[in-house]
Amino acid sequence: MTSPNNIDDKNSKIKTYESDLPIENSLYNELSSKFQDKVQLLYVKPNRIKVYVESKNIVEVASFLKNELGLDHAESVCGTDYPNENAIEVIYHLSSYSREEIAPIIFALSTKTDRNSSYSPSLLPLFKSVEYHERETYEMLGVYFQGHPRNERFLLPEDWADIPPLRKDFRIKGR
Amino acid sequence: MIKDLINPKNFNVIVSKVSDILVGALDKPLGYAINWGRVWSLWPVHLETACCSVEFGATSSPRYDCERFGIIEAFGSLRQCDLIVVQGTVTRKMAPRVRMVYDQMADPKYVIAMGACAITGGLYIDSYNVLPGIDGVLPVDVYVPGCPPRPETLIQGCMLLQEKIKRSKIK
Amino acid sequence: MTNKFSDSFEKKLEDTTKLGLEVVRESAEENLMTLSVGPQHPGSGHFRFIIKVDGDYIVYCDPDPGYVHRGEEKMCEYRNFIQNIPHLERPVIHDSTHITYSYSLAVEELLGIDVPRRGQFIRAIASELNRQVYTLYWLAIYGIFLGHSTMFMWPAGDRELFIDLLAALTGARVTHAFNIPGGVRNDIPDGFKEKCLQYISYFEKRLKEYEDIFYNNPLFRQRTENVGILSKENAIKLGVTGSVLRASGIPHDVRKVEPYDVYDEMDFKVQYMKTCDSFARAYVPFLDMRESCHIIRQLLDKMPESGEVRVKLQSNPKGRIGEAYKRVESGRGALSYYIVSDGSSRPYRVKISVGSFRNILALPHLLVGSHLGDMPSIYWALNYWPVEADR
Repeated sequence: MTSPNNIDDKNSKIKTYESDLPIENSLYNELSSKFQDKVQLLYVKPNRIKVYVESKNIVEVASFLKNELGLDHAESVCGTDYPNENAIEVIYHLSSYSREEIAPIIFALSTKTDRNSSYSPSLLPLFKSVEYHERETYEMLGVYFQGHPRNERFLLPEDWADIPPLRKDFRIKGR
Repeated sequence: MIKDLINPKNFNVIVSKVSDILVGALDKPLGYAINWGRVWSLWPVHLETACCSVEFGATSSPRYDCERFGIIEAFGSLRQCDLIVVQGTVTRKMAPRVRMVYDQMADPKYVIAMGACAITGGLYIDSYNVLPGIDGVLPVDVYVPGCPPRPETLIQGCMLLQEKIKRSKIK
Repeated sequence: MTNKFSDSFEKKLEDTTKLGLEVVRESAEENLMTLSVGPQHPGSGHFRFIIKVDGDYIVYCDPDPGYVHRGEEKMCEYRNFIQNIPHLERPVIHDSTHITYSYSLAVEELLGIDVPRRGQFIRAIASELNRQVYTLYWLAIYGIFLGHSTMFMWPAGDRELFIDLLAALTGARVTHAFNIPGGVRNDIPDGFKEKCLQYISYFEKRLKEYEDIFYNNPLFRQRTENVGILSKENAIKLGVTGSVLRASGIPHDVRKVEPYDVYDEMDFKVQYMKTCDSFARAYVPFLDMRESCHIIRQLLDKMPESGEVRVKLQSNPKGRIGEAYKRVESGRGALSYYIVSDGSSRPYRVKISVGSFRNILALPHLLVGSHLGDMPSIYWALNYWPVEADR
């Protein structure tokens, strides 16, 4: 299937901002005024924003988000496999504990890597909270995080010799 | 007179006949006593395998007290325990450890498979990391079904195990 | 970085190598004893962590979860939205309302339906009762880890009252399968409200007794005060959640920050403490339980007299194309679901982010440099349930 926020489809109607979400819009405006075309807004919903960046720019965008906007931890790191587009999407859900007015907002920062040779820069030097989530994404989807000290298996048994389980070509027995 | 009866020729026969009578007289009560001791002090190993451990913990709570049957959650070492309750799903990572724990326990030892996941894999039968039942790894004595089994069911399973022990012969 | 030796041990090694004996570092490492606090251990549950000790001090800690990894996220992709409920509630079997509550909220956003008001109230009542049940079980195990067996018996017994209420409401002791996308399965039975109020007033008196026997016990205080200090900056940096976060002085509770269902109409305060040690992490859930009793009273008061409890859905509902991210406050922290749907009746990707998995990052940080005897009080105060973290 194609991803719900299909970046390459120029004709797709991306849900743009609703005018009565001032905080979310202001966050995005600050971000886009610094990195004009490196970031692309995918949707703005009440308390949720999603932004796409290329993997080569993700570290500087993330450091801007942490230092200027005050998003100080990651709630989860997730990977989704899209075999039709030959891509794996890695999403970081960031939020803030220190800034109270943006505490309800979850800022989703997403990037894509190629399915066959999936590398992505790790955000561990910036956000310490992504350590175990990135390790789990490595073992479940096969995305190698450059800069993460331990790209090893974490939850799976020691003698796991199959392809990463959350890929779509791994089928559960009998189904 | 006894010296005439017992001579080197029929000494063996007399000893064996006397020992037969003794074993026949003591086997039943001695076996009964040993089994009685084992039945009323089954100590389970503190090994929680998966989610059924919550109901196992609830069995020791004041309402469904299992200490009155002698089953105390012993916090001693493995060597002192004689019951292993496999609670819930056994994953492929946990299975070698369960087998190691079982091997380290001293004889006589008993196994209760608790929960549907330990019997056949249960709800998780098509998962990639789950063994379909613990039968392939350990010899199970009693199966307790349920997901999770109520504490009363677990106590009934223990009582079935007690019946089984009472019927067993002592070598 | 984690998994380095503690600062004091590194300093010790540095001082000795300054004398020009590089080989001392290797032999110093050999003198450490590696312990595997493994899955068969009275103090660890279904979880292993490897520690290296130098005498009485822990110098290295490496958690090793995955003993109960059952592949929940993969299994969700092979079942439709309603069929996912039974197996999704097994990770936290005794707090199962929350893990299905968050799932139902996310699926309702994808299906585009609104839950009727009475259903929202019943969902909130069930989830608050479940919070009590979970916290009492956690207290019971904490008591027994520290050797306080009365603290095992009393919460385990009082917990049965709430389990009775939940069994009257839903039909099962622990795995309720009560929350479904669209509301709850059935309405409350007659006489539930009076019984609930009666039990809650009895329980509030019991909470005072718990405080006397456990929290004011000098031995417990000695074992947990000033042990395992997690400062405010480190708590934010490590991204911990739930009672661990609130014990470090940050009043963050998802029910207040981003209220879901009817929590914006409820009047309650976020309980937090500033001392950042193990005692605070043990005390905050206790304060939460007290606050929960107030919330249940208000919910029973304000519930509408009659009404539907769930939306009638077709039997195999198809989700809209899109994604949803919803979170609730469970007994351990923020529990969030990220669901991607591609227009069919099965989710395309389900990602569960549980409080336990986020809190495990604090374990190496806190254990390194502490005494071996403090290990149970630090480990269990992090409110870590291994089955949930492994999913």
